[in-house]
Amino acid sequence: MAVGAARVTAYAALPALYLLHNDLWFWNDPSRFLGLPVGLTYHILFSAVVVLAMWRLVRVAWPGDVLGELAGEADDDGVARR
Amino acid sequence: MTLTVIFAYLAAVLLIGVWSNRRLAATGEDFFVAGRTIGPFVLLMTLFGTHMTSFALLGASAESYRIGIGVFSLMASSSALMVPIVFFFVGTRVWAVGRRLGLLTQVQFVRARWGSDGIGLLLFVVLVLLLLPYLLIGVMGGGVVLGQITDGAAPSWLGSLLVSGVVIGYVTSGGLRGTAWVNTFQTAMFMVLGAVTAVLIVTKLGGVGPALDRVAESRPELLVRGEAIHPLRLLSYTLIPLSVGTFPHIFAHWLSAKRAATFKAPVVLYPVCIAVVWIPSVLLGLFGNIDFPGLDGAASNSVLVRMIALYVPELLAGLLGAGVFAAIMSSLDSQSLSLGTMFTQDVVRHYRWGGDLDGARQVRLGRLFVVGIVATVFLLSLVAERSIFALSVWSFTGFASLLPVVVAALYWRRSTAAGAGAAILTVIALWTWFFLRGIGDADYSVGGTGVMPVAVVFAGSTLAMIVGSLLSRPPAPERVARFIP
Repeated sequence: MAVGAARVTAYAALPALYLLHNDLWFWNDPSRFLGLPVGLTYHILFSAVVVLAMWRLVRVAWPGDVLGELAGEADDDGVARR
Repeated sequence: MTLTVIFAYLAAVLLIGVWSNRRLAATGEDFFVAGRTIGPFVLLMTLFGTHMTSFALLGASAESYRIGIGVFSLMASSSALMVPIVFFFVGTRVWAVGRRLGLLTQVQFVRARWGSDGIGLLLFVVLVLLLLPYLLIGVMGGGVVLGQITDGAAPSWLGSLLVSGVVIGYVTSGGLRGTAWVNTFQTAMFMVLGAVTAVLIVTKLGGVGPALDRVAESRPELLVRGEAIHPLRLLSYTLIPLSVGTFPHIFAHWLSAKRAATFKAPVVLYPVCIAVVWIPSVLLGLFGNIDFPGLDGAASNSVLVRMIALYVPELLAGLLGAGVFAAIMSSLDSQSLSLGTMFTQDVVRHYRWGGDLDGARQVRLGRLFVVGIVATVFLLSLVAERSIFALSVWSFTGFASLLPVVVAALYWRRSTAAGAGAAILTVIALWTWFFLRGIGDADYSVGGTGVMPVAVVFAGSTLAMIVGSLLSRPPAPERVARFIP
């Protein structure tokens, strides 16, 4: 995947996660999944997915050049100050 | 035994703080932001420990006891998403600008961005007023916890005094470096002990499944969200964790990072830390309904302590008590230091009271302010009502609603001092309006719709920032360039 497209998908995951946080579909579901009430399991798994989304975000969309320029130094990914 | 363990723990914490003093250089930058040398692991742990108050242990279990599993989606998974986003988009840029311009406080940040002394002063007053109740909650929390752990044998003022004294000891000794080191130790402490306690208690209850079955028999409504949480409450509550972007104590820890890449660990691993602390808290709160049904009001806040007393050996109970103290102090220390930094830098140094301040005088003054602030808060805790605990969500509402000002400073070239001033004044006006209507009602929402006041105050602040900026003259490009490349 091209760098630009990878960044776009990493950013797009954030509003998608915001929407997925509001799980109306499990609101009154008393069943269990992985041994816990499904409404709780969902949000634990949701937190795990957030970890993956954040890992991808720092991997493909880390603004090292901008931060390096703002800080007035070479950035952390080795890109020299513009 | 319990008290002995707690005293031993407090002594260990003091020792770490005093030991960090050996690394302290007599400069304001070293005392207030650890010389910008903090690495990824310590940054993650200290940010988490500072952000998670004792509420994550005691309050979360009490809320779970009362309203069930929904508390995890409301407070934990919402923070798991929003806090890393704020770290990524706001924290890293604040760090970079702060490093280049040598900033130590948010007020300096705002003054540098828009060149307005008045906006800086206005922000200073608002931040102090929002943070003070938060400090008071921490100091009072120490008293409440000690009272619960000792079953009322120790007076609450003693717990408050202990917490205040120890915090003063290590904060004045080691500055932000000492605070970060102690926080790392304390955060590890309450994370590990929380998990161990949960495993121990759940094992004695026969496992998670059988314990849930027993809860389902008596309180099935706790295993779904049902009527306990309005969907619009969940939607709007997601804005509350945005307060992490404007807390003065979090801001100080951001500035202490060694490099921009230091933020990567907190951005990725923050949700893991939240899960480690909140899953046990929520489950134990639920299971509290098995042995302690029918606790009302303040009594329900002690459900976790009651379960520990019932199920856990005394030595571990003492360690857990220390863990709760750790959660309280790991927030209180950074909050008191950030206020000390603000009074030293934004008032005394900025207005040149007493002439120029060299590094050594800044450190001395910072220490004096920390002692004065914590001592004052301790005295207030002796007369404050327990209802002060209800103020925390209002404090978060105010901080979260100030975020548009910080975001505009970092991302919107056209933003102006007039826009920032309009946004802050809008926060003051709307916050006061809602506060006066909702302070007595824990479930207050805008017009009874389920929407939390933070949604309206945040929207108002954003709108005021935009309109105020567009109606005023654009800022000088060279000033903007220091914040937006």
